[in-house]
Amino acid sequence: MAAVKETVDRVKAIDVDAYKYGFVTEIESEKAPKGLNEDIVRFISAKKNEPAWMTEWRLDAYRRWLTMEEPTWARVDYPRIDYQDLYYYAAPKSTAGPKSLDEVDPELLRTYEKLGIPLREQEILAGVQSSKVAVDAVFDSVSVATTFRAELAKAGVIFCPISEAVHSHPELVKKYLGSVVPVTDNYFATLNSAVFSDGSFVYIPPGVRCPMELSTYFRINERNTGQFERTLIIADAGSYVSYLEGCTAPQRDENQLHAAVVELIAHEDAEIKYSTVQNWYPGDSEGKGGIYNFVTKRGDCRGARSKISWTQVETGSAITWKYPSCILRGDSSRGEFYSIAISNGRQQVDSGTKMIHLGKNTTSRIISKGISAGRSNNTYRGQVSAHRKATNARNFTNCDSLLIGHDCGAHTVPYIESKNATAVFEHEATTSKISEDQLFYCTQRGLSDEEATALIVNGFVRDVLQQLPMEFAVEAQKLIAISLEGSVG
Amino acid sequence: MLEVRNLHVSVGDRKILDGLNLTVKDGEVAAIMGPNGTGKSTLSYVIAGRDGYDVTEGEVLVDGVNILDMDATERANAGVFLAFQYPMEIPGVATMTFLKAALNAQARARGGKELQTPDFMKKVREASQKLQIPQDMLKRALNVGFSGGEKKRMEILQMALLQPKLAILDETDSGLDIDALRIVADGVNALRAQERSFLVITHYQRLLDYIKPDTVHVMARGRIAKTGGPELAHELEKTGYAGFVGEAA
Repeated sequence: MAAVKETVDRVKAIDVDAYKYGFVTEIESEKAPKGLNEDIVRFISAKKNEPAWMTEWRLDAYRRWLTMEEPTWARVDYPRIDYQDLYYYAAPKSTAGPKSLDEVDPELLRTYEKLGIPLREQEILAGVQSSKVAVDAVFDSVSVATTFRAELAKAGVIFCPISEAVHSHPELVKKYLGSVVPVTDNYFATLNSAVFSDGSFVYIPPGVRCPMELSTYFRINERNTGQFERTLIIADAGSYVSYLEGCTAPQRDENQLHAAVVELIAHEDAEIKYSTVQNWYPGDSEGKGGIYNFVTKRGDCRGARSKISWTQVETGSAITWKYPSCILRGDSSRGEFYSIAISNGRQQVDSGTKMIHLGKNTTSRIISKGISAGRSNNTYRGQVSAHRKATNARNFTNCDSLLIGHDCGAHTVPYIESKNATAVFEHEATTSKISEDQLFYCTQRGLSDEEATALIVNGFVRDVLQQLPMEFAVEAQKLIAISLEGSVG
Repeated sequence: MLEVRNLHVSVGDRKILDGLNLTVKDGEVAAIMGPNGTGKSTLSYVIAGRDGYDVTEGEVLVDGVNILDMDATERANAGVFLAFQYPMEIPGVATMTFLKAALNAQARARGGKELQTPDFMKKVREASQKLQIPQDMLKRALNVGFSGGEKKRMEILQMALLQPKLAILDETDSGLDIDALRIVADGVNALRAQERSFLVITHYQRLLDYIKPDTVHVMARGRIAKTGGPELAHELEKTGYAGFVGEAA
C-alpha cells in the first residue's frame, strides 16, 4: 500500500518537536486591539460592514457571555485563559476584498502551498484525481478566496464566506444562524457568537446533489489570536452535500485559542456528510504551546428521513474539547459519528458525541477509536438519549481505545438515557494495548518499530478510515503515523 | 550459514540456554528435537531478536556476521525468518497489505526496488495457490479468525515470498491435521535450496517424515545433547526423551 510507505517516509523525516506546519507567514495584518469589550465586538462587526441586526446579535451574545462561567467538567487541565489578553480580530492586511485568486497576496498562496492545500483550481483538479473539491480557505479570520463558485452557482448551491452571506442572503442567515447552537448554548459557543470572524456558509437547494465536495481549510497564523470561525450548512429537502474541513496552525510557544461553532441543518430526506481532519499544533513534547480547541459542532436532522454523518480524525491541538452531535428531530432520521482521536506527548483530548433521539424510528451509530501514546490523556464522552416520543429509537455505540506505552490514559464516559421503553441502545467498549508480541511479529518480517506501529494503528482505525472521502483517508493515514512518531521504543 | 557459539541466555534469574553450540551449513535442514521446556523456542526467539532475553555470553553468526547486535528488523532484513508457533493476529490489516508492507520493507532495506502492484499480486497468487490458500483469505485481516492450519500455511506463504537465508520453523506441526501437515511440508520442501538453511524445531518425529532433515539435534537442559542423522529421530520416537532428561537428575 503506497500510503503506508509514504507514511513511513514522513515519519522518518519528522521529529516530535518539528511540527511540519510550524512556519509563520510574514504578512502585515490588521488587528483589533487586545482584549474584549462591547467596542471590540462593534469593531469586528463594523470591519465587516454588518447590518445592525447582526451587530445586535453579537452584542446580545457578548452580554450573555459575561454572565457565564467557563465549564470545568471535561477531563482536561490547563491554566486559566485570560480572555482580555487575546486579540479577537486579525485580518491579513493585503486581502481586503479579493475578487479572484490573482488578487490574493502571493505570500498567502505560498503558505497554502506549504500546507499542501490545492487552492488553485488546476491543482485541485490534479490533486484529487477525478473528484472536484471547492475550497474556502480561512486564513486567520478572513476568507481569502473561494474557488469554483461559478460552477456551484449554476447548481444553485451557495458556498461563500459567512461574512458575505450576511449581506447576500440575510434571510437565510437570520433564519438559521443560532438555530442549532443557540447563542447561549455554552461558554465557548457564546463567545464565538459575539466575536466570530468568518467561516463558511453553504446552502443546498431542494433536490440538489452538490456537484462537488466542499472544503474549508483553517489556519491560525497571527500570534495570540483566537480563531473563531462560524460555519453554517443548510441542506434543503432531498439535497446532499459532503463537506471537508482541514485545519493546521503554525508552531508557537503561546497557546492559541480556537473556539469554533459549526451548525448543520438537514431538512426532509436531505443528507449532510461532514468530515474533519484536524492537526492543529499539539504543543511540544513537554506540553509547551499548542492550540486549545474548544469547538461546538451540532447537526439538526430537522426533517423526516434526513441524515447527518460526522467523521473526524483528530490528531492535533494541546487540548481538544469537542462533541459533534446530532439532534434527531425528524422521524426516521439518522445520525452517525465516526471518530479517530489520537493523542501523544502531553495532549489532552476530551471528545465524543451526542445523539439526541426526539423523533420516531430514529437511528444512530457511533464508532469511536481513541489512541493514546506518550503521556497523553484521551477521553471519550458520549451521550445517547431517547425522548419520551422517540418510539423505536435505536443506537449502536462501539468505543475502542488503544494504548501505546505505559504513561498514557484512556477513559470512556458514556451517558445513556432513555425515556421511551421501546428504545434499544447498544454499547460496546474495549481497551487494548499494542502488544510486544504483535510488534515483534511485524519487525520479524522486516518492518521497523514505527512502521509496525503505524500498520497496527491503521488496522485499529480501519472502520473509521473507510468512512472518509478517498483523498482525506490517505491524508489521515499519513497524519496518524506522523502524530505517533516517537511513541515507540 | 548459522553458527551458534557457546550461547548463554537467561530470562530474569532463570538460565534457559547454557552454553549451546550449533552449526547449520548452507542448504542444510537441521531438526532440533527435545522435551518441553528445554529452551527450543527460546533459541528461535534469540536468533530472531525478540526482546526480553538476556544473552550473557556467546555469539550467533549468520554468514560469519554476529547478529546479536542487530534488532529484529535488521535481522529479518539480513535474511532471518521465523515461522511462529503462535502467529499473531493483526486486526484490521488485510493479509495482502501486510504481505506487501513486509516485502517492500525488505526490498528497501536491501537497496532493491519495491514490487509493482500487479507483479506483487501475481507473485502472491502463485505462492498461495501452491499452499491451497484461498484468495479471499488474503483480503481478511491477518490471522484474525484463521484456523490453526490456516495460520501455519500463512507463515509458510510469508516464507515463500520473503525467500530468507535462514528459516526457523518453531513447532510448525503443532495443531495441524495430517492433510494440513502435508501441505505445509510440501511448501517447505519446495523452498529447499543450496542458498537456504532450515532449522526445524519440533517435538515429534511426525513432521520429519515429511520434511526430511539432514541432521537431527537433541536439545536438553539448554544445550545440544546429541547430534546425529535422520535415524536419530526414529530412535527418539521409540525411546523418548527420558534418557536425556534423566541426565539432568
